[in-house]
Amino acid sequence: MEEGDDAHRAAERVARDSYGRLIAFLAARTRDVAGAEDALAEAFAAALRLWPVDGVPDNPDAWLLTVARRRQTDAARRRQTRTAGMSHLQLMDDEIEAAAETPEHIPDRRLALMFACAHPAIERGMRTPLILQTILGLTAIDIAGAFLLPPATMGQRLVRAKTRIQQAGIPFRIPEREELPERLDAVLEAIYAAFTKGWGEIGDAGAPSLADEAIWLGRLVVSLLPEEPEAKGMLALMLYAEARRAARRDAAGAYVPLEQQDIALWDDRLVETAESLLYAANAGGPTGRFQIEAAIQSAHVARRTLGAPTWPAVLALYDHLLALTGSPVIALNRAVALAEIEGPAAALAAISSLEADKRMADYQPYWAARGHLLAQAGRRQEAREALTVAIGLARDDAVRRYLQARRQTLGAEA
Amino acid sequence: MRYMMLIHHDEEALAKAPQQELWADFAAFNEALARAGVGCERLQPSSAATTIRVRGGKTDVLDGPYADTKEQLAGYFMIDVPDLDQAIAWAARCPSSKYGVIEIRPLWVETAKTW
Repeated sequence: MEEGDDAHRAAERVARDSYGRLIAFLAARTRDVAGAEDALAEAFAAALRLWPVDGVPDNPDAWLLTVARRRQTDAARRRQTRTAGMSHLQLMDDEIEAAAETPEHIPDRRLALMFACAHPAIERGMRTPLILQTILGLTAIDIAGAFLLPPATMGQRLVRAKTRIQQAGIPFRIPEREELPERLDAVLEAIYAAFTKGWGEIGDAGAPSLADEAIWLGRLVVSLLPEEPEAKGMLALMLYAEARRAARRDAAGAYVPLEQQDIALWDDRLVETAESLLYAANAGGPTGRFQIEAAIQSAHVARRTLGAPTWPAVLALYDHLLALTGSPVIALNRAVALAEIEGPAAALAAISSLEADKRMADYQPYWAARGHLLAQAGRRQEAREALTVAIGLARDDAVRRYLQARRQTLGAEA
Repeated sequence: MRYMMLIHHDEEALAKAPQQELWADFAAFNEALARAGVGCERLQPSSAATTIRVRGGKTDVLDGPYADTKEQLAGYFMIDVPDLDQAIAWAARCPSSKYGVIEIRPLWVETAKTW
């Protein structure tokens, strides 16, 4: 069975490296993503059947593309395409044939596919799942859990979104220069959303980490759009966070805040990569949201590793970010930085306007931050109340335990 | 792909708009459309609409538009462009997009998958 295992591994390796590339190529002209997926799935099934017997072909990509292409044209013929469609089909045939002959030159249309998935005509909430499925080949079951949806519902919504790409005529193209920044934002936002969903995952052994997948996609976008500083900024931001993964839980599994993390547990290699990406991003162009957030992480690293007094820099960056986004979440993070410089009273005054914001009512980090600031200010009773709400809203056990310990230090109720 | 571009207006808001500028903009837009090989059709106001339905063999004729809402169908144009992005670009150029909304509807094509 060794040969069979080899074939299996080869198929898996191809799946990992080439899945999105092959889907993007097969779907680019017809915009039929679901059809391309079906065709490629059949090609992979054929590979698992034939490779163990015939051996792994020299060029697995080309082999898969040829088989998938045949399935795709068969399916199109079955749909009784009209004459005009036939010549179009022939054109498609020729193009794929040519690509299969020189497979190192299969054009990489993954970026165009990502722009289609994150098109403004696609429902915002479905952009991330669509990218995860089409570029990485994740199943609805893989994706559903992270989005708190039943797999069947996620599956239906993915099918709808793919149908929409074809029916509405959403193009597979990289936008022109003038619309690129805005449209790229949607792509980056979708990838970053996958990362933040994956950020909460801890130690689910065996499960592919959504955070890893997001970093992989981030690297892909940077490699395909090397001139775009925001793409580098986003990748840097993810790498700073990823570098601290091992340090953010203690031996007992409780949450460890940034200031108390053991920096020996940080991944220096990832931090270095993040730093050089950020440096390259800032050298190249305008400063966007992801670059500023990455710069804040860089300041945290400098403070923790070199003891540099970087809180004023962090505050200035949050000021900038707040002006750019007007987001209450940023206002909250800014207040936490302000507390480090001017003390908890100033920070509490800065977030007093958030009290009336309905979005904060069930935003766990708001209540946690508020609890910490009140505790620092010596307002123990109010601190206990805020921390209690934060504990009630926490979804992560490690965070809950950390907050419970924090509340304990405030003593019994008055 | 062929798209039907449905122009919906708030008729009151349109009446309040600076008329000369509005119709000059429309003339320019129509000129551009004509060069691209398409024309824009303007409809009479919704007060000129008649709505018909047949129920139980009986034909109901109602005076007025189908939906009595603020935004009314005011006109349409058909375009044939490679993809949605270009349809969106045409919609954004149409002066009506400043006073109302433009709904982009792809035409049904037999070869399109329908599930």
